[in-house]
Amino acid sequence: MTEFPAIKNNACIALSAIPEMDYATFREQNIVLLGAENNHCVTLFGYPCGDSLRLICAIADDRAGAIHVSSSTIIPDGEFSSLSAMRPALHVFERELHENFGVRYSDHPWLKPVRFPQNAFSGVKIPDYPFYRIDSEELHEVGVGPIHAGVIEPGHFRFICNGEQILHLEIQLGYQHRGIEKLFLEKENLLQRTILAENIAGDTVVGHTLAFVNLWESLCGFAAGRDLQFARTLALELERMAIHTGDLGALCTDIGYQLGNAVFGRLRTPIINFLQQWCGNRFAKGLMRAGITNFHFTAELAGKLNDILNAYESDFLEIADKAFHLPTTLARFEKTGIVTTRQASEIGAVGMAARASGLTRDIRASHPFDLYGELEHEPVVKHHGDVYSRVQVRKEEIIQSLAYIRRLLQTIPEVQPVREMNKPRPNAMAISLTEGWRGEICHCAITGDNGRLIHYKVTDPSLHNWLALALAVRNNEISDFPICNKSFNLSYCGHDL
Amino acid sequence: MFKTLSILFHQGKQYIPHPTEAEVPGIFRGRPLITKADVDESALAALCPVNAIGKAPVSIDLGKCIFCGECALAFPHKIGFTKDYKIATNERRRLIISAGDDRPVKINPELVRNEIFKYFHGSLKLRQVSAGGDNSCELELNASGNVNFDVGRYGIEFVASPRHADGLVVTGPLTQNMAEALEICYQAVPQPRIVILAGTDAISGGIFADSPALDRSFLDKYPVDLFLSGNPVHPLTFLNGVLELIRTRKS
Repeated sequence: MTEFPAIKNNACIALSAIPEMDYATFREQNIVLLGAENNHCVTLFGYPCGDSLRLICAIADDRAGAIHVSSSTIIPDGEFSSLSAMRPALHVFERELHENFGVRYSDHPWLKPVRFPQNAFSGVKIPDYPFYRIDSEELHEVGVGPIHAGVIEPGHFRFICNGEQILHLEIQLGYQHRGIEKLFLEKENLLQRTILAENIAGDTVVGHTLAFVNLWESLCGFAAGRDLQFARTLALELERMAIHTGDLGALCTDIGYQLGNAVFGRLRTPIINFLQQWCGNRFAKGLMRAGITNFHFTAELAGKLNDILNAYESDFLEIADKAFHLPTTLARFEKTGIVTTRQASEIGAVGMAARASGLTRDIRASHPFDLYGELEHEPVVKHHGDVYSRVQVRKEEIIQSLAYIRRLLQTIPEVQPVREMNKPRPNAMAISLTEGWRGEICHCAITGDNGRLIHYKVTDPSLHNWLALALAVRNNEISDFPICNKSFNLSYCGHDL
Repeated sequence: MFKTLSILFHQGKQYIPHPTEAEVPGIFRGRPLITKADVDESALAALCPVNAIGKAPVSIDLGKCIFCGECALAFPHKIGFTKDYKIATNERRRLIISAGDDRPVKINPELVRNEIFKYFHGSLKLRQVSAGGDNSCELELNASGNVNFDVGRYGIEFVASPRHADGLVVTGPLTQNMAEALEICYQAVPQPRIVILAGTDAISGGIFADSPALDRSFLDKYPVDLFLSGNPVHPLTFLNGVLELIRTRKS
């Protein structure tokens, strides 16, 4: 077996240093690598090189904190054996290759459209999605969406039910497709690209922008000063707290627990209002820029944040203690929407959902970035894989974030002078992993001659995790779908890009 | 029981008493103020990531502006963003703020349809459609109904079915893949119906304006009654904009 070069998170590698192999070896070696318990695929994509397509696969080794990169150049016209047949976690990446470049797979288990881009090779339009069907007089289908009852994003869910029980759920997305990856190449100005990163998913502004700025700095050989790293770490934990709190409120709404909804809902407000006091936007749009920051974190802000956290903590603990010990709440949350550890591992689940199913998968611990090396993060792991586990992970992560923020606030780093950033390195690939509140975010960029961007790949945690939701609801009652869905709270726009 | 009472006691009153006069905390990028100072206008316009800045005289189009504030940081003597969150109007050109213009952004009463005041001034039910929205506008619209902003106190409410709605609130840059669903939803709303565009992405496409993945033909077909600026729209912008629209009578 060839030794794959192992790069660190936020590192840059010359395109010529990525081992190139024929497709059969590429497939086999990556299948073998993914068989190891501590390995998982962070991204698999292709970029055009003339008439051929160069496939790049990045596999993260969570124990060694390294990312193995390998590649294979193929002519997309041919027919290929899929990796998904052996490693189902890769299904969505190969579907993407099929959709975007017409790569045909002879044995892909589920070769369906992903997001219906305008130049899709298959030519299938969004109303003609080929749904899985079961012919039976006993069963019925329920279609939900793309427009849902609440104020949320669009996506279509097709249930096959036996009475009230769900046998199968198929999730069709793509409604939110805005062509972001292409825009990254077309917009040549750094500010425009940063704004694009901020608008990938509005609930994960910090997560995605952080991945982008870290990636860009590594491409340009720029080491961010401690002040920038501090601000990024702090903002990421604040975002985690805010969204987790809002999600707990939304889960209370879905089971009709009004007090929980009102209190968690309003507890989110001071945190996002703090982000506004810091940078002028409740979702931290505008806060992060590659190489610089427009909004320094001051001692005065630290004082305000401390007061906000103190007020938050007692109110949060009080309502969490009440809400998650009520028999009515537990009756709805416990043993609902179970994803087993084995399922989670097979489908390559990431982030909070994976941790609720017993997988210790957290980029903050395994591939630390910014100041996480110093925080020595211990992932919160639960083992039942049900809605309640996902609630508990959120609750405990909020408490953990509180502690991290307080530790960070003890020493506010001095503002460092602005330094010039070089141009991006030519003919190189950079990869950046971030643990957003939902899970692992991967941004990957490839540059050509002159350092011009020739490919940009965004992988939102939702891309890995939508299948987990489909598995979670099997054999549950259809009335439990809303709480299962909310317990994952996956992103539509992060998936559709 | 006692625990619940204790929680209620600790929460106290959370609502904002006068959301039409409330002040937002800290810094906020709302309606911009442009001075008549002399600057290199080309450099200023080139800075904007979404081409929202016009030249001679310098102007900012709030329908395109994504409120990143970079122009104000680079040219602090020329441009400043005020904390005025009332940046909603029913007239697209009113969103263009020119140098020296310090008027508040308001609804033009001449353009308000008679039936809006007649039918909706006390109660307005809205159906929201996200067509490529990044979920920040959606979160802010949800927040408008929480215990702090509580837009429900004015009879403004989001409903599940378009058949129960008086109008649509559209967020996002209007993607091609959502075009058909949006059209069907609009047709399902009984007349008279209104259309509200929430957020810069919906008004102009924002940073996505040039993307071939969009289909904005919906806006060519149907009239828009309210433009709400912001990236995302602040709950107070939404609340005040909608209130002003339904309370304005044609003079």
